[in-house]
Amino acid sequence: MEWVNDIIQGLLTGGLYALFACGLSLMFGVMKVVNLAHGDLATVAGYIGVGIIAISHVPVLWSIPIVVVLMAVLGYILQRSLIEAAISRGELTTLIVTFGLSIIIENGLQQFFTANSRGLGVGDSFITSSFTIGSQITIAYFNLAIFVLAVVVLLGLQLFMTHTKYGRLIRAVADDREAAQLSGADYRHVFGIAAAIAFGTVAIAGICDGMITTLSPTIGTDTILLFAFASVVIGGLGSLWGTLLGGIVLGVAQAIGAQINPNWEPLAGYAVFLLVLVVRPQGLTSRGAQS
Amino acid sequence: MSSRTASGAPLLDVRDLVVHHGQLRALSGISLAVYPGEVYALIGANGAGKSTLLRTIAGLHHPTSGSISYDGRDVTGLRPEKRATAGIVMVPEGRRLFPTLSLEENLKVGGSFARKGPWDIERVFELFPWMKERRGQKTAQMSGGEQQSVAIGRALVANPRVLLLDELSLGLAPVIVQRIYGMLPQILESGITVLLVEQDVSQALRVATHLQCLLEGHTTLEGTPADVTREQVEAAYFGAGSADAGEEYSQSPTAPHTPPHIDGSNPLWSGLTTSSRAC
Repeated sequence: MEWVNDIIQGLLTGGLYALFACGLSLMFGVMKVVNLAHGDLATVAGYIGVGIIAISHVPVLWSIPIVVVLMAVLGYILQRSLIEAAISRGELTTLIVTFGLSIIIENGLQQFFTANSRGLGVGDSFITSSFTIGSQITIAYFNLAIFVLAVVVLLGLQLFMTHTKYGRLIRAVADDREAAQLSGADYRHVFGIAAAIAFGTVAIAGICDGMITTLSPTIGTDTILLFAFASVVIGGLGSLWGTLLGGIVLGVAQAIGAQINPNWEPLAGYAVFLLVLVVRPQGLTSRGAQS
Repeated sequence: MSSRTASGAPLLDVRDLVVHHGQLRALSGISLAVYPGEVYALIGANGAGKSTLLRTIAGLHHPTSGSISYDGRDVTGLRPEKRATAGIVMVPEGRRLFPTLSLEENLKVGGSFARKGPWDIERVFELFPWMKERRGQKTAQMSGGEQQSVAIGRALVANPRVLLLDELSLGLAPVIVQRIYGMLPQILESGITVLLVEQDVSQALRVATHLQCLLEGHTTLEGTPADVTREQVEAAYFGAGSADAGEEYSQSPTAPHTPPHIDGSNPLWSGLTTSSRAC
């Protein structure tokens, strides 16, 4: 039963990883940009949440929509300025620019918020309360809520991509930028919208992470970015639901690793990540290797 | 020329266009004027600069010098998507459909920023009835001719005033090419002006009301199909003095001095049913 509990805990963590990963996957799939600042943006979102709560005293959960909107606007602006300029100078430039952005964000956060970690306390018993199934399985309401939120976000994204004009345009631009231009679509604006969505999803993830654990300026690249990458690679690039599957596989592997030996938690996750890279480099959900 | 200019100002007026691909000079001062209702054909051998000219008019290449006016307004510096929404819509060489989108989604993207006009997805389904039941399919599995039809449909739903057709016949069997060009009368009937690039000279002469021949980035011949002789076309196509000229052109069933008219009596439109004939 202990194992069942581990698998369930890992599965629930996988939801958070999927929230981290889907924006990274979207930006790569549409703009071919590997956003190395992705994890730091999650941290920024968490700290913006801290700031908003400190200033306005809104309830923690209410800060989520505010931060999501702020980050989406920031995403559009960053895409239309910095990242757009980098894209026009080649793929390597986008790597360097987002890497630089990552360094600036981390040091900026240390400057303003110090290196101390801080949490985003929900302030009531919701975060700590749980229910049990049988004698061994304990499920925290909060972890379950994040998993449900992740599924809802992915479902919403899928509906947006398949049923709306701009969702269709995002997929069209990802397929063939020039042909989309010939249909009257300004791909730079479409890229901006895709970036806004990516930043919005990572904002949700950042705040949830701040509630579950604590925020510190360096977790963006130390953990979040790596877990997001691992989830995307395990699940398969460019697949929305693949990121959820990848996140779950990563989460379960970590939970089982931790059960065997507490030191093995990250190791087990990366072992599965490497195994997938060797055995199925296109990821679990992709049909074939893509050129 | 007088009958053309009598119909008013040109819809598309290109003057002294010079375009470079890096160091290479692809176009050396090309001018052309397309009047409303025309089918203007650009012919020439591979590498003559036809596609470059069309892509520059669509906004995908930036000219080194020269100007492009559309409907009396200078569009030389306009972005390609702005030209598309203004009514200059291109069917690109190689079709360039969106492979991960379904047929219907391809058409929807084409109509995303459509001008007001007669064309919509339903009307495209009337033009190509087979599309209706296959609307949900991905276009990657479709034949070349079907893909070309989808590409034309995607351009039509934007309701262009000028339709730029780049090498429709490329990689297609002659019978399919005939069928695709058979749609042209219905497109023209809806008020669209056509500027097309075609390597197949006989095909171009069959449909064109005006033509220009390019050779290595220069204009070598311009006129109506009635004006030009077969010898002139050969010389213009291959360059003057070419001994082995005319091989490609000799396949043409039409003598160039008997200009084709787009009407029901013309045997060149024999592939069409009576109801689908236009003009």
